Amino acid sequence: MRARARVWWRLVVAGMRESATYRLAMLGGLVANLTFGFLKYGILTARVHAGGAPVVGYSVAVMSAYVWLSQGMLGSINLFGRTALAQRISSGDVAVDFLRPLSVQTSACLREIGRGLLALAPRGLPSVAIGAGLVGMALPYGVAGYLLGALSLLLAIAVSATTVYLVGVSGFWLVETRGVQVFYMVVSGFLAGLFVPIALMPAWLQVTAYATPFPAMLMMPVDVVSGRVGGLAALGLVMAQVGWLLLTAALGSRLTAAGRRRLEVQGG
Amino acid sequence: MAEPTQPVIAIRTGGSEDSVRPGRFAPYRAVLASRARAQRSYRASFRLDLVSSALVAVVELAEVLVLYRSVSALGGLSLAQVLLVFGLADVGFSLASLGFGHVDDLPEHLRRGTIDVFYLRPQPVLAQLVTSDINLRRLARAAVGLAALVVGLIVAGVPATWRSAALVLLAVVCGTTISSALYVAAGGLQFLVIDGAEMTNSFVYGGRYAATQPATVWVAPVRAIFGYLVPVTFCGYLPVLAMLRLPAPGWLPAWLAWCAPLAAVWAWGLALACWRWGSRRYQGAGG
Repeated sequence: MRARARVWWRLVVAGMRESATYRLAMLGGLVANLTFGFLKYGILTARVHAGGAPVVGYSVAVMSAYVWLSQGMLGSINLFGRTALAQRISSGDVAVDFLRPLSVQTSACLREIGRGLLALAPRGLPSVAIGAGLVGMALPYGVAGYLLGALSLLLAIAVSATTVYLVGVSGFWLVETRGVQVFYMVVSGFLAGLFVPIALMPAWLQVTAYATPFPAMLMMPVDVVSGRVGGLAALGLVMAQVGWLLLTAALGSRLTAAGRRRLEVQGG
Repeated sequence: MAEPTQPVIAIRTGGSEDSVRPGRFAPYRAVLASRARAQRSYRASFRLDLVSSALVAVVELAEVLVLYRSVSALGGLSLAQVLLVFGLADVGFSLASLGFGHVDDLPEHLRRGTIDVFYLRPQPVLAQLVTSDINLRRLARAAVGLAALVVGLIVAGVPATWRSAALVLLAVVCGTTISSALYVAAGGLQFLVIDGAEMTNSFVYGGRYAATQPATVWVAPVRAIFGYLVPVTFCGYLPVLAMLRLPAPGWLPAWLAWCAPLAAVWAWGLALACWRWGSRRYQGAGG
């Protein structure tokens, strides 16, 4: 078990190294996050003011926290739907991955998590620091709030990894996954609550959003960290994230096993 | 300009064909026509592309609709008025990305070294890159923008005058020009920041996003950047203010809408400067 944990940790570190290599890309991401952050801050705080009393739990400070946290998390969660796995399936390289003494799913997800964790430092923290420093934002309550917030962030990165893995694994059946990937890209951001907070959506759209794993990647951790949802309800959100993690991981493992039986690699 | 009677590609294969003198633009036309044909030949894939492209636009429109749900006005604009802003800006941006969107692929050309081929041909690199592809699927996106524009024109109470028509035309033409300039400027900067594509996304896609918003809600630096430096307020917001004679925020008077051609010239000046700066710095991928 200890040996296995060491391998897992090495995969997370490999993911971190991978994203640490592209420093300019990190800086570019930060600039984009800040630009969109300020544009969103303007219109969303206007929305709070227009609503008079705090709109469904949103004060200006909480809305600001939503803007900067969600922008800061963008580098850590995968809303593009692009995976290395999809490419390895279509090229047949995945056959080599199956020969390794480690589950294809576990290694793909752990590397994705490593990439996500590393991005928190150069993109997440500065986005939040600059946003919070310039315009102010709501922060978690006390030590328990910070701990639960950190856990929620970690779970969000994990759910993103296990969910986007499903897009990649569809390649066993489709070979060319571009269609699925584009669809994922379009739908995930909106339903995750990246464009507008889910609480501002009409009821039917909220139900639709929470029926997918996407809010668990963005909206739930933002709600927990910003303190918009506190106490037991926050704990409930974290439990929901755990549920989505288990569900998507189980589905991924079933599909990997089924896909492996279908896999046909041509050439020598 | 004589029309070539056979595919242009064949022209340089032998001495006898040299008598067929193609026009200066014939090579560009031939490439564009072949790209358009290629996209339509895989029908299922093309349909899927059209659907997903329309879906992107619908989601962006949904964002506006959700924001304006249950408020009468935001940033001084009502839902009907903001639909008009969205429609104008989005039609301009979609048409620009139809013609110029693939300039975004430049980092890929740089990484693979395929850009070197463009430098070898006796035509300007930028002209070749722009005409190397055409994104027909963006037509679906333009259609959604057009629908928002038409609905906006009907419900926002736009006076049916020549003045309104002139403003709409000016906004669409100059909006397309300004948005195209953003793609070209981003392309030029890509030569310097190959992996930093997201940096230029902040003014290309950030600019698109800003163009659909009421400028009243922006803090002063944002207003300076997206009002003048990257003049996207000329694509939709200012023309709507002028059309409906709405009160304007500080530093962005509504009559500026008539200066949209100047903004377009400024944007292209910046874009070509960026392009020159970047493309002259390119030293080849080696090998």
